[in-house]
Amino acid sequence: MRLDRKHLLGMDGVTREEITTILNTARSFREILERPIKRVPTLQGKTVVNLFFEPSTRTRISFELAEKRLSADIINFTAAASSVKKGETLIDTVRNIEAMKIDMVVVRHSSPGAPHLLTRVVDANVINAGDGGHEHPTQALLDMMTIREKLGRLQDITVALVGDISHSRVAMSNIYGLRTMGARVLVCGPSTLIPKDIERLGVEVYYNVDEVIPQADVLNILRLQLERQRQGLFPSLREYHNYFGITRERLEKATRTLLIMHPGPMNRGVEISSDVADSEHSVILEQVTYGVAVRMAVLYLLAGGKSEIN
Amino acid sequence: MKLTKTVIISRKAYQSVPRRLLLKNARIIDPSRDVDMRGDIVIQDGVITQVGQVNEAAFEGRIIDLTGKVVSPGWMDMHTHLREPGREDEETIESGMLAAANGGFTTVCCMPNTQPPIDTQEIIQYIKDRSRNALVDVHPIAAITKGREGKELTEILELVEQGAVAISDDGSPVMSAEMMRRALEYSRMVDVPVIGHEEDITMTEGGDINEGYTSTCLGLGGIPTVAEDIMVARDIMLAEYTGARFHVAHLSSGKSVELVRQAKAKGIRVTAEATPHHFSLTEEAVRSFDTNTKMNPPLRTEADRRALLEGLKDGTIEVIATDHAPHSWEEKEAEYQRAPFGIIGLETALGVSLTHLYHTGVLTLVQIIEKFAVNPYRILNLPIPGIQPDVPANLTVFDPEAEWQVKEERFLSKSSNSPFIGHRLKGKPFLVINNHQLFFSTL
Repeated sequence: MRLDRKHLLGMDGVTREEITTILNTARSFREILERPIKRVPTLQGKTVVNLFFEPSTRTRISFELAEKRLSADIINFTAAASSVKKGETLIDTVRNIEAMKIDMVVVRHSSPGAPHLLTRVVDANVINAGDGGHEHPTQALLDMMTIREKLGRLQDITVALVGDISHSRVAMSNIYGLRTMGARVLVCGPSTLIPKDIERLGVEVYYNVDEVIPQADVLNILRLQLERQRQGLFPSLREYHNYFGITRERLEKATRTLLIMHPGPMNRGVEISSDVADSEHSVILEQVTYGVAVRMAVLYLLAGGKSEIN
Repeated sequence: MKLTKTVIISRKAYQSVPRRLLLKNARIIDPSRDVDMRGDIVIQDGVITQVGQVNEAAFEGRIIDLTGKVVSPGWMDMHTHLREPGREDEETIESGMLAAANGGFTTVCCMPNTQPPIDTQEIIQYIKDRSRNALVDVHPIAAITKGREGKELTEILELVEQGAVAISDDGSPVMSAEMMRRALEYSRMVDVPVIGHEEDITMTEGGDINEGYTSTCLGLGGIPTVAEDIMVARDIMLAEYTGARFHVAHLSSGKSVELVRQAKAKGIRVTAEATPHHFSLTEEAVRSFDTNTKMNPPLRTEADRRALLEGLKDGTIEVIATDHAPHSWEEKEAEYQRAPFGIIGLETALGVSLTHLYHTGVLTLVQIIEKFAVNPYRILNLPIPGIQPDVPANLTVFDPEAEWQVKEERFLSKSSNSPFIGHRLKGKPFLVINNHQLFFSTL
């Protein structure tokens, strides 16, 4: 199977077959990552630019490692060290970089739609590595891979996304992907952090995390951005932790073995307590490992590769 | 996508009206005089001398055959942003007038959010000087408050005496209820409408598009309809309390349409306008992340759009106005959140209105003409152009059946930030005549 698309801008509109292709390919790459020599020549001669207009540690490193494992040439561009600070527009920045003959762009930007804007001005493949509160497709893919590897399937399992749903690209991409794969998706958080009309995406909305835990196979706990308190969206970290924080005590209400996930970086003691983050149910570090494999798969497939690799 | 736009701006585009001109075989619609007939119009020295059947053979002078076309009183856009003074790179008074003529308008009213804003007699005078002797009449709308800052009233009496036809802080709401109350009270002395940009900005900070399903999907900031409704409700109450005239700019929320309807039923002096983009497009258009779908108020839902159509139909909304807001390519070709609000509309208003209101059976041609060529003049206390002998010819001629595709390179506006580029429309401007001048649309 090949991936019949040029860009990966979001999970919205990505089909079941495409997701399956990516996850199967990622599994093959996962095996390569276990070998003593972890590098394959797949993207030899291709140049990938990592364009990070917003601070990121794990996503940037994960992409960079995936690119290195595939033998691509890499250019790293971060806003702090760039001409963006000198007033250059996004379009000019990218045009300039493209003039250096690059093949793929991985872009992280605070504004929704920034990767879509790039597709209109550059010829390269564009991979969205997070655009504001819109989408973060490779995160959703690595989350789905983690669930599939652990539970054996995605169809008919129940995944609960807990926390700030309103501002979460991770939540949006997970909702699209998981719904496409036939999972049941619950979202749970303070009512001020649940966006309007989200039910229309086929998810169920809860405001009480204790009602969610007994129904779930997976808890994907989202990072709470502390600035939301200043915006008046929740009153205090104390109340948030008491009502929505995932603690070991709360997990006793689980009716089956729960997978605990978190896209990182965690606020320990706020949305997740340390004993949960470090518990045997936590697959948070495995998510990171699968992240590299999934990103290798996406880079490989968008570059025109087939899913059978050696 | 293009990097530069070649604008051919030339006064030569205007022709003077021949000494004797015969408009032949037109459908003549003049709603304020209950005229809807087939016939001919003779214009001599810029003044209509005859309306009816004219013997072509006996006529000496220029003849324009208008078979299949409609002649109506000259259209007005009572909500235009000419960027002069301040942003002449986006629009000048001259290019804005050309765009207006090209789109079938003979009058525009320009909003005061220029740099500096229209809050002094000097700026009013400047606009009048820059638009003198043109085909298109330009009437300034003065700011309600100095610097449009919502703090102190402008010299409204004198600004109106100098030529302002209304007052508005458009682009910004008057957030203080007390200031709005005083503006309404004060304006009563000269009986000009106060035009409200209805938005409670404490609820819209960080907003890009309508709050709802689409903003949730796209992760863009929401601008809720209730932020509009609250201000419309407040200003209706203030209009009732003060007895002043209040005009709602660019209605976009279905609930606000209902508020205006109820206010009218109670006899409150409120009028309202809607834009062609709000009654023809919905928030779905934003999914492309095309920044030409970004304007304030934003595109709303299909339910809101239908409420606007209902309001246009039952007369709750008596004016169609464009909110023509030119922005440079450089500013619009950016991240969605960074791009400015606003789209141009002068050159697509006629086509979009006929396509989405007339050809869909929502309004008759007579009703559409009322909303462009009768009601705006009435609201602004200006004489309604008529099609009758002994009045200066101020006419808009259009072809209601002509199908065309909107092309960026045909716009005469200096800017081309339109979401309608590429759209196929039915109904096209053909010709405008005013102030002894004549202009054939190049769309």
